[in-house]
Amino acid sequence: MSWLITFFRSSIGRKLIMSLTGIFLITFLIVHLIGNLQLLYNDGGEAFNTYAYFMTNNPLIKTISYGLYFFIVVHAIQGILLAIYNRKAKGSKYAVNTHENASWASKNMALLGILVFAFLMLHMGDFWWKMKQNQLDMVTYASFDAPVKDLFTRVSIAFQELWIVVTYIIGLLALMFHLLHGFDSAFQTLGIRHKKYTPLISLVGKAYSFLVPIGFAIIPLYIYFGK
Amino acid sequence: MKLNLKIWRQSGPNDKGYFDMHSVEANEHMSFLEMLDVLNEQLISEKKDPIAFAHDCREGICGTCNLVIDGRPHGPQKGTTTCQLHMRQYKDDDTIVIEPFRATAFPIIKDLVVDRSSLDGVIQAGGYISVNTGQAVDANAIPVEQEVAADAFDSATCIGCGACIAACPNGSAMLFTSAKVSHLGKLPQGKVEHKKRVQNMVAQMDKEGFGLCSNVGACEAECPKEISLDNIAFMNRAFIGSVLTTED
Repeated sequence: MSWLITFFRSSIGRKLIMSLTGIFLITFLIVHLIGNLQLLYNDGGEAFNTYAYFMTNNPLIKTISYGLYFFIVVHAIQGILLAIYNRKAKGSKYAVNTHENASWASKNMALLGILVFAFLMLHMGDFWWKMKQNQLDMVTYASFDAPVKDLFTRVSIAFQELWIVVTYIIGLLALMFHLLHGFDSAFQTLGIRHKKYTPLISLVGKAYSFLVPIGFAIIPLYIYFGK
Repeated sequence: MKLNLKIWRQSGPNDKGYFDMHSVEANEHMSFLEMLDVLNEQLISEKKDPIAFAHDCREGICGTCNLVIDGRPHGPQKGTTTCQLHMRQYKDDDTIVIEPFRATAFPIIKDLVVDRSSLDGVIQAGGYISVNTGQAVDANAIPVEQEVAADAFDSATCIGCGACIAACPNGSAMLFTSAKVSHLGKLPQGKVEHKKRVQNMVAQMDKEGFGLCSNVGACEAECPKEISLDNIAFMNRAFIGSVLTTED
């Protein structure tokens, strides 16, 4: 099995880890967004809270969620290690730095990643942690046979705070720039580059990078301004 | 035309470098290197140390000249080497900042000259095809489709100047290495050793201390031969495929 270790320690192998975990996280984002848009229903949180109950109790989803936490950590740690390695490989910097030859996001993926991770810690600390620690009130719905944790109310209270809303917008902006480079980059690392498909991947990547963060941003903005 | 030059000076590999200001009288017909020649003659007549810079063919095909001009390897002109850059690109009283290629794998020898033997290491690890000695094979003995030949030739135009590494914020040699892997891997003569070659060349590239590609694309933008990122994707595919399908 030493070939596997050699492979994942090679430059392309290490990049492959970033690419595959990145694609998994990209996929997670759309699932997370579709689920969370249920926060926009004006039904006292029934749709969202029963959905949250399903997501935290279904054994398959639970298994995937552990994979998700693992991949987030792998992506973050590997990303930081690569950034440190690359900084050393570059050595000294130029006195004149031009931005004409590459996008700003592509040159600042580590910084953007750290911002996204910091935002994620805040986000999970506020909702996920409080839910896991049973710090939420229980609520019962006529159509649902078990009492469920009232995450909806917790979210609604959090997004009344201006600083939380502003932090979310900043975090989502960082995510947008991270995706703008990361989406295409993940496919390039896998070697998926083709005259027919690459423009398509690029277009889908651009649309995804804008629409997904905007979709997430609607939730705090709607709650802050709508109530 | 009078030019103000801010040039990196460094006496040796382990010495501390600094920027020195020089001024030179040039005309718009001169190439960038000829302008530096004029400056050096000036420095010699003043009994000062001339500026060390690498150059050879001066017709854009050898890959020896290597300057970072105003933050761009080979200067602002697209698809050309430093020697093909002419002073008509500049105006009177312009200030030009000239730096050496920067990457840990390219240690500075003196002033603007860097040691690029790390690229030789990569080529020696697999940038060749093994042919038994004897009579030269007839040029058309192995048929190659025109599209394939043209594609391989695009990759083969790499002159190994190292501008891709100089432009890369990670000091990665992926464009250089992949150009050779694609050039040989696409042709029937090179296909024989393709799988082994890609693994050996990538391993050597890593060993030489080059950084990891993060698909920034600055290499492609600055390459004097406009080598495409297609080559890097080709090598990524080839490397992953080779590791998964070879027995050792």
